[in-house]
Amino acid sequence: MSYARRAWIILWKDLLVERRSKEQLNALLFFCLLLLFLFQFALGPDRERLAAALPGLLWLGFILAGLLGLARSFLAERENDCWEGLRLTPGDKSAIYLGKLAGNCVLMTAVEIILVVLFGVFYNVDLWTPAAPLALVLALGTVGLAAVGTLFAAMTTHVRARELLFPVLLLPVQVPVLLATVSATQALLLGQPLADVAHWLKLLAGADLVYVTIGLLTFEFVLEG
Amino acid sequence: MTRVLGWLAVLGLLAGLAAGFGYAPSEAVQGNVQRIMYLHVPSVLTAYLAFGLVLIGSIAYLATRRPGWDRLAGSAGELGVLFTGITIVSGSIWGKPTWGTWWTWDARLTSTAVLFCVYVGYLLLRSLIEDPDARARYAAVVGILGAVNIPIVHFSVKWWRALHQPSTILGPEPSPIDPAIGLALFVNWIAFTLLFAYFLSRRMEIARLEGET
Amino acid sequence: MAAGQCLALLGPNGAGKTTLLRILATLLRPTAGALRINDVDALREPERVRPLLSMVAHGAHVYEDLTARENLRFWETLRGGDVSPARLAGALSQVELDGVADQRVRTFSAGMKRRLALARVLLGQARVLLLDEPFTGLDRRGRKWVNEFLLAFKARGGAAVVATHSFGDGLGMADRVGILGQGRLLVDRPTADLSAEELHRLYESLTDSVEEAP
Repeated sequence: MSYARRAWIILWKDLLVERRSKEQLNALLFFCLLLLFLFQFALGPDRERLAAALPGLLWLGFILAGLLGLARSFLAERENDCWEGLRLTPGDKSAIYLGKLAGNCVLMTAVEIILVVLFGVFYNVDLWTPAAPLALVLALGTVGLAAVGTLFAAMTTHVRARELLFPVLLLPVQVPVLLATVSATQALLLGQPLADVAHWLKLLAGADLVYVTIGLLTFEFVLEG
Repeated sequence: MTRVLGWLAVLGLLAGLAAGFGYAPSEAVQGNVQRIMYLHVPSVLTAYLAFGLVLIGSIAYLATRRPGWDRLAGSAGELGVLFTGITIVSGSIWGKPTWGTWWTWDARLTSTAVLFCVYVGYLLLRSLIEDPDARARYAAVVGILGAVNIPIVHFSVKWWRALHQPSTILGPEPSPIDPAIGLALFVNWIAFTLLFAYFLSRRMEIARLEGET
Repeated sequence: MAAGQCLALLGPNGAGKTTLLRILATLLRPTAGALRINDVDALREPERVRPLLSMVAHGAHVYEDLTARENLRFWETLRGGDVSPARLAGALSQVELDGVADQRVRTFSAGMKRRLALARVLLGQARVLLLDEPFTGLDRRGRKWVNEFLLAFKARGGAAVVATHSFGDGLGMADRVGILGQGRLLVDRPTADLSAEELHRLYESLTDSVEEAP
């Protein structure tokens, strides 16, 4: 089916470019490490304080890395008129959005895994026991962040003050995702069962559905110029 | 037409003032400071009206590409931010003597603050793009997303609050609502809506003239 | 324009050649006028005519970190076409890039990137080709190559519009020539009607008068 092929080739291209140039992933990973230090220094040596703030810090780190990583989603397209090339391709443009979204999800997941591992190691937190439900929360949060981030990245690619506008647009919209994921993560880290956070998961799933749908429906309008 | 609206709005506001200060009784627990509710609640209702119009204008623009819809969305967006700002400030002023602080992360205030931020971003986006068609398109996408997000924000904040605070915080409306207070509220709400309609009409006219030069 | 024809657009920088090409490519919407491609109203239904169009602008639509072959595979898949290795190899050999097919485009010269773009055109089987200054940055061999490509494209029944601001290139291929000045088409004649000097004089006088006008 042509739509799936086209979305897939976008994903393929993005992953290939990233693997070749390695710009983004390396820098982002290093950035995560730096964040770890930053949080520790900001909160001081008190172990308990850090442990209490952990869910928030995890997602804060994730969002900060996301802001950096997602904003650049369409940077490669700015070179060599590739953006116009995309505009000229026939067919449903939302396939491009889907491909880009998938690529961003892969990138964000890689960052998230690294962050979780680093947190576990440096802050000596047990993130292994609740790993499965935590992974679910992470996945849902990632999609929510990437869905809107990809759309806004496309929009801000050609706008002045892109680096400022992107976070200003993205962060307020992400508030529900942040609240949901932090609350759910906190509950899970305290050992509560998955059933206790079911309402958060439903909210996240619903939000993800809404965001991706809007992304699919409106991407062609964003691509146009 | 706009003129008529303007005069109606003035009348409405006067009536609202009278109702709010003269007619409605002083509230039992909070005293006179509660009267700021006649500013606060209509403001937030008007803000929601504005953002609803942003949503309508945004969808209509993407469907028809007629600049008039974009003018509606942009003007309504500006007014929405204005009224949301009034809501927050009036809520804050109300809160100080009532709760003892200027700000609290109560569910409604938080949701309103998030709303404010979303649409300030909307206005910022509009101000940074010169090409009218691109501006209209991008703003429409943000407008739609922002509006659709409102219920999601509402629930997430509400549940978040439930986690962190036993509900001793007073809601803005005393309950049950004294019918006199209810009436005063209603009058003020009508007045604000008229005022909003007047401003909107003027603002859209200015936008139309600016677009033609 | 008819199939198998080539129109050359001349004009100084800023005359609007790129803008016109982009309108023809359905990338820009004109403020007035109509555009019909293959008897379809391109302004109302751009998606219907896009499969027929191919544009090669300054950028050449190449991803620097991909190889030539990967670039072709990417763009042709997006067009919904067949990307069997044989087809890709065929297009690459036609533009004489088969030797460097698996090298990253970052290492290519401007001429090679241009050729890769033309390979993309070949694969896409476009019927209308829009070239924006395809000769800039190419050496003599490169320019000759583009001319030959255009000839072959015309022979297969395609129509081409070539924008250029240099005189020698492309005119040999052109069946018609147009001169753009200040956003208006000042001249539109079959090349058979004009000799080279006549065209040159016409161009000079038009662009001079255009530049002098307030």
